[in-house]
Amino acid sequence: MSMREKIEEAAARYPDQRSAIMPALLIAQQEHGHLPGPVLEEVADILGVERIWVYELATFYTLFHTEPVGMFHLQLCDNVSCMLCGSEALLKHLETVLEIRKGDTTPNRLFTLSTVECLGACEMAPVMQVGDDYHGNLDTGRLDALLDRLRAEAGQVIGADLADAASPGE
Amino acid sequence: MFEPVLLKNIDAPDGHVLATYEAGGGYQALAKVLREHTPDEVVELVKQSNLRGRGGAGFPTGMKWGFVPKQSDKPKYLCCNADEGEPGTFKDRIIMERDPHQLVEGLAVSAYAIGAETAYVYVRGEYVKAIRRLEQAIAEARDKGYLGAGILGSDFSFAIHIHCGAGAYICGEETAMLESLEGKRAQPRLKPPFPAVAGLYASPTVINNVETLACVPHIVMRGPHWFRAIGPDKSPGPKLYCVSGQVRKPGLYELPMGIPLRELVEHAGGPLPGRRIKAVIPGGVSAPVIPKGGLDVGMDFDSLAAAGSMLGSAGVIVVDDSTCMVKVAARIVEFFHHESCGKCTPCREGLNWAVKVLRRIEAGEGAPGDLEQLEKLCKGIFGNTFCALGDGAAMGLRAALAHFRDEFAAHIEERRCPFH
Repeated sequence: MSMREKIEEAAARYPDQRSAIMPALLIAQQEHGHLPGPVLEEVADILGVERIWVYELATFYTLFHTEPVGMFHLQLCDNVSCMLCGSEALLKHLETVLEIRKGDTTPNRLFTLSTVECLGACEMAPVMQVGDDYHGNLDTGRLDALLDRLRAEAGQVIGADLADAASPGE
Repeated sequence: MFEPVLLKNIDAPDGHVLATYEAGGGYQALAKVLREHTPDEVVELVKQSNLRGRGGAGFPTGMKWGFVPKQSDKPKYLCCNADEGEPGTFKDRIIMERDPHQLVEGLAVSAYAIGAETAYVYVRGEYVKAIRRLEQAIAEARDKGYLGAGILGSDFSFAIHIHCGAGAYICGEETAMLESLEGKRAQPRLKPPFPAVAGLYASPTVINNVETLACVPHIVMRGPHWFRAIGPDKSPGPKLYCVSGQVRKPGLYELPMGIPLRELVEHAGGPLPGRRIKAVIPGGVSAPVIPKGGLDVGMDFDSLAAAGSMLGSAGVIVVDDSTCMVKVAARIVEFFHHESCGKCTPCREGLNWAVKVLRRIEAGEGAPGDLEQLEKLCKGIFGNTFCALGDGAAMGLRAALAHFRDEFAAHIEERRCPFH
């Protein structure tokens, strides 16, 4: 299904197209990785709503990214329950091993590191969200193992992309 | 012996699928109300149960439903508040992930009661697994005839749509949630009119929390007297408590409303080895902290209010004696500052200022008069904002200053954090 078709399907759930802006932005972000101006305008055009309405939402809600993020967005929760269970030390560890500061992306664009407000998983604090998945009860050892898995996963994706790119010429 | 009902399927490996839910008596409440009760009778059952909303404010659910006008030329809507952004709270996520049909049935029974044919479940966008499980449950229920047109041969038709949030705590405030559902920035609306009269798309709307809706099928099947027999008469029923922080067995516990806080912490294994409890935040970070001397308070709306705190979302955060309370207070106020929607100046500017003072004190750079300055800021914020976000921050900070003033003063006097 194309992005337009997905957005139109989502919009059918509402009596007012403006309500569909948030679902449409989530679909567009999944498609493009982030939400640059032309994508926001495309969303507005598909829904037939004012472009400013789309800009207003894209810049208000924290899950929308108007700037690119790395292949893996590491979102470490540092709210009270996670803080009490050691999230500060985990942030320092991530900054050290990734050689970036909070808010930055690694030069190879593999990881973006952020801290976020409560992820609603305080029973397994400290918690980090990566893509769709939550990783809880973290310590530095588990973090390192997770980073290794993500690097391996990235290697496979990049390897598959290279194979796909090579195949037409073969 | 207290018998859990809300969490009875939680540990089943297939607790999220229809067959498991049906095997435990699922959807019998929906069939029963369609067969035996008028919508008004269902509202009456919920009124008799004295169910109070589990989202934080504790407003009587049956009374809220009763505010919906009987005759309306506009469609009526049911909205489920599944935004769950209050730090320390995770109960609704667990219901949606592990027993989503409980919510689906609760929505269907509640929609029948208020005369709604459409519901929107506003789930925070981070909860990807919960969203997928809920989508699956809705599809299963629709295939089985529990949702859709002419449910179970009746003339009641009902559809549920999921609306994903995108990372704004303020969407938990009901009118901000409606703004968000309408595709706007989530800023609270002035009340009145209340949503029951003019809510989503200016139509009559009821907004209930996930746990509140999950209670409804049980009230139908077991009767309002069963519900009222659990816990205090003024706020009865089974209750989900989220326990986290510096405790041995963090997790979700279903226990009677009104259980003493001390007993609840014991259920969660008590403090970590070699540590003592210093304080407990009983209802998510909006709830004023309770020092160790106050742990015998009952965990219900009225007892906690009388003790100067609140049940809120029942997100219980345990803090032990290794932790600096200035740091905890600073992190809490920082959260509210980050999540302020920016509509009201006292909240937007006052919290920014408070965070700066708190971080300065924590770093050992506090000045004489800082604590009085913080109290002045709390006074300027509390009661002067559209919604309760500013109030929550001010109440939390006031309580921390009142109960742990010596720790704040030590930071200023010693020009360092005594815990580092």
